[in-house]
Amino acid sequence: MPHIVTENCQSCRFTDCVSHCPVECFHEDDERLYINPDVCVDCGACIPACPVQAIYDVVDMPEDKDPWIKVNAERSKTLPVIMSKQEPLPTAEARRTELGL
Amino acid sequence: MLKIHIAIVGSGPSGFYAAEALLRSDLNVEVNMIEKLPTPFGLVRSGVAPDHPKLKQSILVYDRILKQDGMNFFGNVTVDEDISVEDLLKTHHGVIMACGAPLDNKLNIDGENLKGSHAATAFVGWYNGHPEYRDEKFDFKQKTAIVIGHGNVAADICRILSKPVSELKKSDIAEHALDALAESQIRKIHVVGRRGPVQAKFSPKELRELVDISNVTTEVDVNDCEIGEQCKVELSDPKNISSGKNLELFRSFSELQTSPELTPHSPRKIKFRFYLTSQKIHGAETVEGMSFFKNQLGGQAFSQTVISTGETEHISCGLVFRSIGYRGVPFKDIPFCDDQGKIPNKEGRVIKNGKAMPGVYVTGWQKRGPSGIIGTNRADSIETVDCLLADMAGVEKTPKSGSDGLTALLKKRQVQIVELDDWLKIDTSEIARGKKYGKPREKFTRVDEMLDVLSV
Repeated sequence: MPHIVTENCQSCRFTDCVSHCPVECFHEDDERLYINPDVCVDCGACIPACPVQAIYDVVDMPEDKDPWIKVNAERSKTLPVIMSKQEPLPTAEARRTELGL
Repeated sequence: MLKIHIAIVGSGPSGFYAAEALLRSDLNVEVNMIEKLPTPFGLVRSGVAPDHPKLKQSILVYDRILKQDGMNFFGNVTVDEDISVEDLLKTHHGVIMACGAPLDNKLNIDGENLKGSHAATAFVGWYNGHPEYRDEKFDFKQKTAIVIGHGNVAADICRILSKPVSELKKSDIAEHALDALAESQIRKIHVVGRRGPVQAKFSPKELRELVDISNVTTEVDVNDCEIGEQCKVELSDPKNISSGKNLELFRSFSELQTSPELTPHSPRKIKFRFYLTSQKIHGAETVEGMSFFKNQLGGQAFSQTVISTGETEHISCGLVFRSIGYRGVPFKDIPFCDDQGKIPNKEGRVIKNGKAMPGVYVTGWQKRGPSGIIGTNRADSIETVDCLLADMAGVEKTPKSGSDGLTALLKKRQVQIVELDDWLKIDTSEIARGKKYGKPREKFTRVDEMLDVLSV
């Protein structure tokens, strides 16, 4: 089962996960990141790398986040691969505080 | 633009991610990757368990890097035998050490050298077809094995020892290992750790896989899952999610039972044992049992240590596998921190006598010690390469001979270099051999066999 980026990435986009991904399975738009489930090798290195706990292994993901499975699969198909870490969004730190992380 | 020549010693994940970062930089870089074996990919080839094919897909990324312009593979070349780090510094602007941590930590107890007491590295290397471990022998006629250590390598060992071979035979496990495991009489595996279930280093995914093996039961003493206040503090840290999941899994296991007579057909049992420190391995010539000191935890959350209760426990067994951490190998010309088994460094710059050693860098397990998973090495190598690139301003004005110089030196010393095309021939040949058995590949397990492919 693949790994999934969920709502906490929104307004943050810390992108630390990208440097930890061994196979370049992250795709990006201006708002957030998505994992290509066909490329992800399920190593889990991205999970602790995310400062806002946005990434889950599907097996451990709370059920209310299930819609993100489809979003990741579909959006990653058309969006470009992100290869290196970028600056977080200007709203990132405020959002992290809001999330209590 | 003048060229910067960088040598990378080692071709595992950290080496490849260093190469990737170098080749992606704005500079004109030539990367020469040096590997002791004729085959690349380090622990992804010879460490990742054969029943984890998905993780091995990271090889697709390495394969792409290998074929990039500016990248050269020098397989079958051993540093400190065929060539020294000093030689590499004469021919290159920089050297990145990426040799991992191939040696195992010892228990340092009596009986450790008895027949039947093994290092995890030897067993893992053996079932993965690593030439250095080809001739290891394991006595699978034994009914009980003890695995020391509560990390993912210990989990791999348990899985390979307990999975029905029918579930392994379509993997790239070495044929000699499959044959030996098919005859295995092992019925019970004790997985022993010094501390409690909250401190176990398994990733929950690996633990769950053990539960899912057909015809295997996982057992735990429920009393071991009663945890103290400091453990509760550890569990409440949001960064410590996996410990909570592990505890949940342990609690779902069956209660530890004193099982009746083990028959060849009784299901295999994996027993998780906690709070036990290795005391002695018993036996005349071969392992017959192992004794432990019983512990309890003391100290503050996240730095809880073990305190002996004064009691001991004896477990009869015929096999012991220790998986309690790994160490790097020291190299001539480069400092080595013996305590930690790694090269002293600051963000990847090798530190000698308190100062950064010009041109010498380190990445991966040899840099930070044996922690983290494949992807951890990517971030680690990016950090090392960032330091290297910052130091390289202007160095290209001092030209170096790079791959030409290195090739000339090795030819003069009559070393048979395995280049990219040679490796691809070995690769093709292994894949063809595997087809016969429905396996993704049948690895060559001796260096001579690999080189024979090239002489045809």
